[in-house]
Formats: sequence, C-alpha cells, structure tokens
Amino acid sequence: MNARPSPVLAGVRHNPGFAIALVLFGALYLVYNMMHPRGFSGAVLIQNVNESVAIVFLAMAQTVPVLMGGLDLSVGAIMTLTNCIASELVIGTPGQIAFGMAATLASGTAFGLMNGLIVVYGRLQPIIATLATGAIAMGLALFIRPKPGGRVDDDISWALTNDLYELVATYGWFDADAGWFQPVAWIPVPLIILVVIAFGVWLPFRRTVTGRTIYAIGSAEGAAFMSGLPIERAKIAAFTLAGFFASCGGLYLAIQTSSGNADITQAGAYTLNSIAAVVIGGTSLLGGVGGAIGSLVGALILRVISFYFRILSIDPLLQPLVEGVVLLTAVSLGVFRTLQVKNRLDLFR
Amino acid sequence: MTALTIQLSGVSKHFAGIRALEGVDFACHSGSIHAILGENGAGKSTLIKIMSGVLQPDSGTMAINGAPVRFASPTEAAAAGIVCIFQELSLIPDLSVADNISLATPPRRFGLIDRRAQRRRAEELLARIKCEDVDPNATVRELSLSRRQMVEIAKALGKEPRVLILDEATSALTSRDVETVYHLLVELKEQNVASLFISHRMQEVKRLCDTLSVFRNGQHVETFARGARSDGEIVRLMVGREVDAQFPPKPERPRRPAHLSIRDLSWENRLNGVSLDIGKGEIVGLGGLDGQGQKELLLALFGVLRGLRGSVTLAGRPGAPASPAQAKTGAMRIALVPEDRKTEGLMLPMSIADNLLVGCYDRVSNGPFIDQARARQAVAEGIAKLGIKVGRPEDAVATLSGGNQQKVVIAKWLMTDPQVILLNDPTRGIDVGTKQELYRLMRELADEGKAILFYSTDYAELIGCCDRVAVMYGGAVIAELEGEAISEEAIVAASLNVDTRTAAHDAPVGAVAAAAVGA
Repeated sequence: MNARPSPVLAGVRHNPGFAIALVLFGALYLVYNMMHPRGFSGAVLIQNVNESVAIVFLAMAQTVPVLMGGLDLSVGAIMTLTNCIASELVIGTPGQIAFGMAATLASGTAFGLMNGLIVVYGRLQPIIATLATGAIAMGLALFIRPKPGGRVDDDISWALTNDLYELVATYGWFDADAGWFQPVAWIPVPLIILVVIAFGVWLPFRRTVTGRTIYAIGSAEGAAFMSGLPIERAKIAAFTLAGFFASCGGLYLAIQTSSGNADITQAGAYTLNSIAAVVIGGTSLLGGVGGAIGSLVGALILRVISFYFRILSIDPLLQPLVEGVVLLTAVSLGVFRTLQVKNRLDLFR
Repeated sequence: MTALTIQLSGVSKHFAGIRALEGVDFACHSGSIHAILGENGAGKSTLIKIMSGVLQPDSGTMAINGAPVRFASPTEAAAAGIVCIFQELSLIPDLSVADNISLATPPRRFGLIDRRAQRRRAEELLARIKCEDVDPNATVRELSLSRRQMVEIAKALGKEPRVLILDEATSALTSRDVETVYHLLVELKEQNVASLFISHRMQEVKRLCDTLSVFRNGQHVETFARGARSDGEIVRLMVGREVDAQFPPKPERPRRPAHLSIRDLSWENRLNGVSLDIGKGEIVGLGGLDGQGQKELLLALFGVLRGLRGSVTLAGRPGAPASPAQAKTGAMRIALVPEDRKTEGLMLPMSIADNLLVGCYDRVSNGPFIDQARARQAVAEGIAKLGIKVGRPEDAVATLSGGNQQKVVIAKWLMTDPQVILLNDPTRGIDVGTKQELYRLMRELADEGKAILFYSTDYAELIGCCDRVAVMYGGAVIAELEGEAISEEAIVAASLNVDTRTAAHDAPVGAVAAAAVGA
C-alpha cells in the first residue's frame, strides 16, 4: 500500500456529501452577497444569521436520531413547545431570566428523554413514537399559549439578536467603543451561540462511547450489540440530545420574536426542513455516516436559498416549488459518485 | 496468566421446540488449543454463543475454576476473559479500523475518546498479527473480507482474552494470514490462554489443536487428544455414518470446445489480462491466493463490473453481460453463487419459497401475475433436487442452518436453468456432509452439459472436483493445471508464482513452495 492519506482526506473520501455542502454553501452565500445591494455588511449578516438559528438547531437535533438510522418527527413540535414555555418564563429579574432559560432548555431535553425512553422501553419505531409525542408536544404548547403572545425580556431580546457591540453596550460590561474591541465587535451574537453550541456540544459528544455507539447502531446494530456497546443508553441519549438542540431552537425563536406561537403548520415545516438539511449536509438517512456540523451547513444552504427569493423578487407563491427543485438538485449531487462506482455490487453493500 | 478451567454441566438449549444442545458436559483448559468439530446443526455455534454470553442456557450450569458463572451479555463474558471471534463479523462498517478495534472500551482522556492513543493501540495490535498494511483511519467498509477478519482478530486480542473462541475465523483469510493466526494461537497457548477453535478444515485442526471434541445433533460425542483417532474415525463420529469417497470420480473425457471464452480481460487494477476457456461439461477451478482477482473475474462474467476491457465470447457470441438481469436470461444463462450468502445470496427474513423463486419469476408467471400452482411446484422441485432440509417452504430462510441456506442459493440458480455456473467459494462455512453433496451435484451438473467455473480457497476441493484448475496471480491466470498435474504442490507453487513446470515435476521445488507458506 502507498503512503496513507491524511485523516482529513480520508474523511472527505468517506463522506463527500459534507465537502460538497460546504463548497455549495460558500458559493451560494458569496454570490448572494455580491448580488445584494448592501452585501458584505454587518446588518445583512446579522439578519441572515438570526433567520437561520432555529432551523440550524433543528437540523442538528434531527441529525442525532438519523445517524442511528431513525427519524425524529417531534423536533419541530418540541421547538414550538419550548418556544411557548420561554415566552412565559424568560422575563423579570436577571435571576428569573436565567431560571427561565434553564427551565426552557430542561423541558425540551426532558421531552427528548421521554422520546428515548418510549423508543427503547416501549420498543416502538422512532418514526411512530415521535409522530405521537410530537402531537402531544403541540397539545401542550397550545395549552400554554392558545393564542400567539407572551413577552421576553427586551434587553435579552435586543442583545442576543445583534452584534457583540450591542451586547456589550446593552449590559455595559465595558466601553464598547474601546479600540481593541473593534475587530470583533461586528460579529453577530447568534453566530457565536451557534458555533459554541455546535462545536461545544457536538464535537465532544462525538468522542464519547455513547456518541460512537450512535454511529455504530446506524451502521450495523447487530455488530454493535455483539461488540457489547451500550445500545439502549445511546438510543436514549440520541433523542435526549435531539430534545436539547430543539429546545435551543425554541428558546432562540422566543428571544428573537419576543413571543411564543403554537403554530402547527410552522412546527411541521420545521421538522420537514430539518430532515432536508440533514440530507443536504451529507448525513445518510440509513444512518452511520455524517454529523451535526454537516447538518448545520445543510440548514444554512436551505436558508440562503430562501434569501435569494428576496433579492431576485420571485413570486412567494412559487417559493415551495423552487425550494423543492433546489433540494432535489442538491441531494442529487451526492449521487454522482455512484455513477463512478465500477463494481456495481458496492452500491448495495 | 493463571490456570483456568471452564466447565459446562448438563447445558441444554432449545429454539422453538428444536433441540440445539441437550445435556452437554464440556470442559476446556488454559494452555490448550481445543478444536470443536461437528456438522452444521451439531450445536457448535450454540455452545460458543452460550460460553460467550450471546445466549443463555435453558438449563445446566457453567463454571470458571469451579465458581458458577452466568453471562447476560457478551460484555459480561468479555469481562470474565471469554472473547469470541464470530463468523458473522461484529465490525461496524462505517467506523474506522481504529474505532472498531477499541470499540466498547476506548482509551480516554478527560472522559473523551483519545483518538491518538486509540490509533496507536490499533497499530500495535495490527502489527502483532502482521497487518501493518491496514490503515487504522480507513473505514472497515473499504476493506476486503479477509482484512476485515484480521481486524476482527485484532479487536478480540485487544480485549486480552483468557479464553479465545474462533468460529471459522480462518475461512475467509488468505494463506499468509492463516499462518499468522496459527503462530498467534501457539503464542497465546504459551501465555496460558485457552483457545477454542471451530473449523471445517481437517488439515488445520490436525496441525494446530491438541484436543478435539466432536459434537453431533446437539450432543457432545467425545473428546480426545490429537492423534488418538484417525481421520476416518473422526468423520464417522461427526456424521454418525460411514462416508464413502469424499469426491465423486472424475470422468475421462476429451477436452470440450470452449463454451465461454475469455481473452485479455482487464478491470481497474484487479484484473490484468485474464484468458481462460471453459467448455460444456467441464468443471474449471479457480485457484491461487485470496485476492488475486478470482472474485472480480466472477463478478465481471456476471455483469456486475463496469469498465471492462478485453473480450468475452459466450456460445459463439461476443460480449459480456451488462447486468445480472441480462446475464441470467436470454442466450447467456449465467448463474453466480455469490461470496456472501447472507447479503448477496439470500433475503434472510423472506421465506424459503420466495428466495427460491426470486431468480425465475419469468418461468412461473402468466404475464405480470405469478401462477401460484406453478410457483409451488417449482419450489417443491428445487427443494427436492438439492435435498434441502426444510420444515415448511413458508418459513424464513434465516431459520435454516448454513449448509441448507447455501443449498437454497444454489437451488435458486438451478431453477433458472443456467448454462454457465459461477461458484464463489460455495463451501465456505459448510459442514462436511453438505460439502460432499455439493461436490456430487457439481459433477452431475457438469455431466448434464453445464460449464462450471468454481472458485475455492480450499485446495483439496480444487484437486478433488475440477477437470482443470486455473491459478490466478496478480489479476491474471498464470497457470492451468489439468488431469494428473493438479496437485497441492503444483497449485501452491503456481499461487506463489513459482515456475509451475519445474514445480509440478521436481520434488525439491515443491518442498520449497511448501516451506514458503510455512507448512
């Protein structure tokens, strides 16, 4: 055998979908900024990131069960439920606000845990179990907030949806006009939140035995069992983590809109888009290959596509049609490599 | 390592009323290589699954050094030092080799998996079994079956076993790796590890194992030291009846004109100019070390590979099939019994009848509709022709033993009335009795005028069954042996690319070749 390929190259070869998604996103966003009248400006970036946070979190949530070879149809509903909870709790003294945020995340995580327990101990198919619990989550959300409304602390709302300058200025931690601060002052706070949670939660999780077991289950569950891996724990952890990511999305949505809205249509659309983002990001629906960082990129691609509608002033009624075509095209990119497979039996292994 | 004895007393296990093990008393000791022999269905697999915690016995006890133990899972057994290398690989295809080797208990730093340490560990373990060519970063999916098996062995070694169970672990390996495993087992024996060795290859067992146990019909028949019984006696203990000549006699007949003619066939870097003729009524063996292009040649002839160069002429018409669907129909009529019966040969959850019919729906259908009566009749004929032992044809094919599953694969293809039959190591992991039935069947099919291309990793089969043996090396046929020239020395010599003309006739070169594989 020749010199070994570097781990990075090996990774690209093993999962070319992620590399394709990354390049595609880079190209789409670059062209978007060039076409936008105020492209490459902080304001556009902040607006774009704000509109992307919820779907990115949901895509990451969906990734974990998909890696295991399952699907979680309740992520959109969990986001909606936690959105409504946050619209009740994230207000008042700083202590109350902190408690409200913690309670929001805890409730979504607990809901995910419940999904996991039902799948493992109820021995139900994930897709059916989460279809049912998703309906339950929507019911709870409607119970908490029969009509859109509620309020979130104004300072939090302003500070977390703008750039670092506004965050510092809002809370007066130090002089936001200080010269040393300027090079980073333009960075949007939601971008930092995304990066910190995506890399701070997902990358370490991937390097735990539980995380590895999730990949192993999606790849070959029988072999995972025969190797003595903690299958039940991993399944429960997968849905719990999905619940956590979904509640991050719900909390941010509440902060961004300063309200809660138990919108069934929106919950369904978010769930479906999360699946699309996962696939675009290079995660196999069969499980075993991919990761949450890929889904993050996949979600961003979905969002950039919708940004194009604005600058190209396409009839909004056509949006679903165009989105569908673009989605099909993006997913088809991954198929090209199968045309190059010389041993066709490999396609089925 | 301290001495250790595992004792099973009165162990029984039933599956849906069928007896898999009945009142088995069995013991194995550290510092020994212990062979377990028996036909498929004799209870060997059940025995090792109970010992390694995959199954729990219905009754009876297991004790280590006199202390009773009961394993609820493979993890518990591994913790007690009992590690099994299963025939069905326990590797995760999408994870890397290093991940797989340290799968359940990786080295950690700050609670997270330490990938550098894990990689080092994989390199050390792979070096121990002379597999430095395996890249720890490669995913298992990218490896060949034989490499995967070696990774499996490295993984088992990493668990520092006190009892190592190998279930047909050498059947997928190349000759070189088999030697490595032999050395490893001897090394482990010196370190006072107990090895349990399940194999259908007598030569291997006789060479390696100091103690032999024979199982039959779920019962432990006898345990004896190596050399205490002759081969004939052992085979009789296994099958419980006299077995006549292992291979059917080869008919004397002149070489037939070529039905399938291959010229300079090349594909990627795996096939490099294969030329071979196969006549009707001929069994042509494919020999050589594993991974010399034999499997690719069979796949190429069956229309699986894209981008072939060279020519294939079948029944006077040029051109290789473009797909398996084309290969099996029309004028070509090619059948392939594939390498892995569990994934490529059968749909395990589907019924025996469905599996038998998948290749020949066109023969039992009226237009788009399957004619139930004709389908039933075809299934009954297929089952009868190969003597497949089935309860009901509606049962899932997964319920059959390995030998009977392979018979289903072969019966399925015979139902398409093929003119060319390609066999990819069809006797791997099959019991002696079924093997002999398959040898007879191959000869019958040849007598009916089929052209048979038979790849086997077992040289004895090639010698016993084939009219001609084509030995492959580096993606090409480098030697064709015929009649008396087919001998183990000649095949080994050709496999190692030693000049066959001298090797076949001069004893010293044969001895050199034998020494080269460490025999």
